[in-house]
Amino acid sequence: MPNGIVAGADPHGHGHHPALQHHFQTLDQQHEASTLGMWVFLVTEVMFFGGLLMAYLLYRVWYPEAWAEGSLDLDIRLGGFNTVVLIASSLTMALAVRAAQTGAQRATVRWLLATMVLGVTFLGVKVIEYAEKFELHHVPGANFVYEGPHGRQVEIFFSLYFGLTGLHALHMIIGVGLLSVITWMASRGRFSTEWYTPVEISGLYWHFVDIVWIFLFPLLYLVDRAHHFA
Amino acid sequence: MAGHISPKRLYYTIFTALMVLTAITVAVAFVNLGTLNFPIALGIAITKATLVILFFMHLKYSSRLTKLVCGSAFFFLLVLFGLTLSDYLSRGWHTAPGGVSTGAGTRVTIGSASAQPAPGATDAPAGAGR
Repeated sequence: MPNGIVAGADPHGHGHHPALQHHFQTLDQQHEASTLGMWVFLVTEVMFFGGLLMAYLLYRVWYPEAWAEGSLDLDIRLGGFNTVVLIASSLTMALAVRAAQTGAQRATVRWLLATMVLGVTFLGVKVIEYAEKFELHHVPGANFVYEGPHGRQVEIFFSLYFGLTGLHALHMIIGVGLLSVITWMASRGRFSTEWYTPVEISGLYWHFVDIVWIFLFPLLYLVDRAHHFA
Repeated sequence: MAGHISPKRLYYTIFTALMVLTAITVAVAFVNLGTLNFPIALGIAITKATLVILFFMHLKYSSRLTKLVCGSAFFFLLVLFGLTLSDYLSRGWHTAPGGVSTGAGTRVTIGSASAQPAPGATDAPAGAGR
């Protein structure tokens, strides 16, 4: 009789790993199911951001001049800085997962804290960028002001800018919240070389959010920069 | 557990590669390459995303089922972009018999800043009218 079924018959005082849930045969099987579940969720996230990117693409085709103008209004230094910060946070996250895999508890906590600090730094820079847009009345809506012949179309650019970066920032906030729970669990010694699945799937989520920004940075800040003065 | 443990050096190498690619994409953004700017920026972004997916997200060492699920995301993304653009970009190529050519849509090209005058730009989105 397989081990899992014996364990299921006697929920307490049994001889298997405490993290193994009774509907799984082995920890490996449970790990594979958890990882796959996270990937399926990330596929739905790709579709979620994909719809907005489709809108971005179409309006860019229609209003290239407005896209160039709006793109030039974004601060490439802040955007570039944030790109470096976020990619660095992906590195620290990958190292956190590695530390969990090798059973290095203190290193896991340290790398997770570093990841959260970088994530919060990203959000802080985003606050500075948003505040500037508010001051300049570049936030779409009744108070939107933009000089020039393409004002209304630049408003569409900024709608998509706020839509895309706002949803991305929301994902970052959720990610930091997720990591604080994982960090707490790690500091309590909940993970071992046999079971570190929560660290790994939180990492998958964090890397996905990084990938979204890898596309948003060139699409919003970069692509039309060179054409404006042509 | 069966998880693949990558050497630390691999992670640092991937990070360096991502930084170099970021520097390149920023530098290229200031050079006017006409219609090529967009595909180059997108190509670099796809390369960076692939590095993150394969090594940081361990897809290279994952099961074939996981790889298939990941690939399906990009397949359906291409369906979304491809089918939608095949509609919008082809509007105005032909006028149906008995149809009117005005307001039927605009023939547009991605990436060129001067090719399309964006008809109806002052009021309604071009091509939105039937």
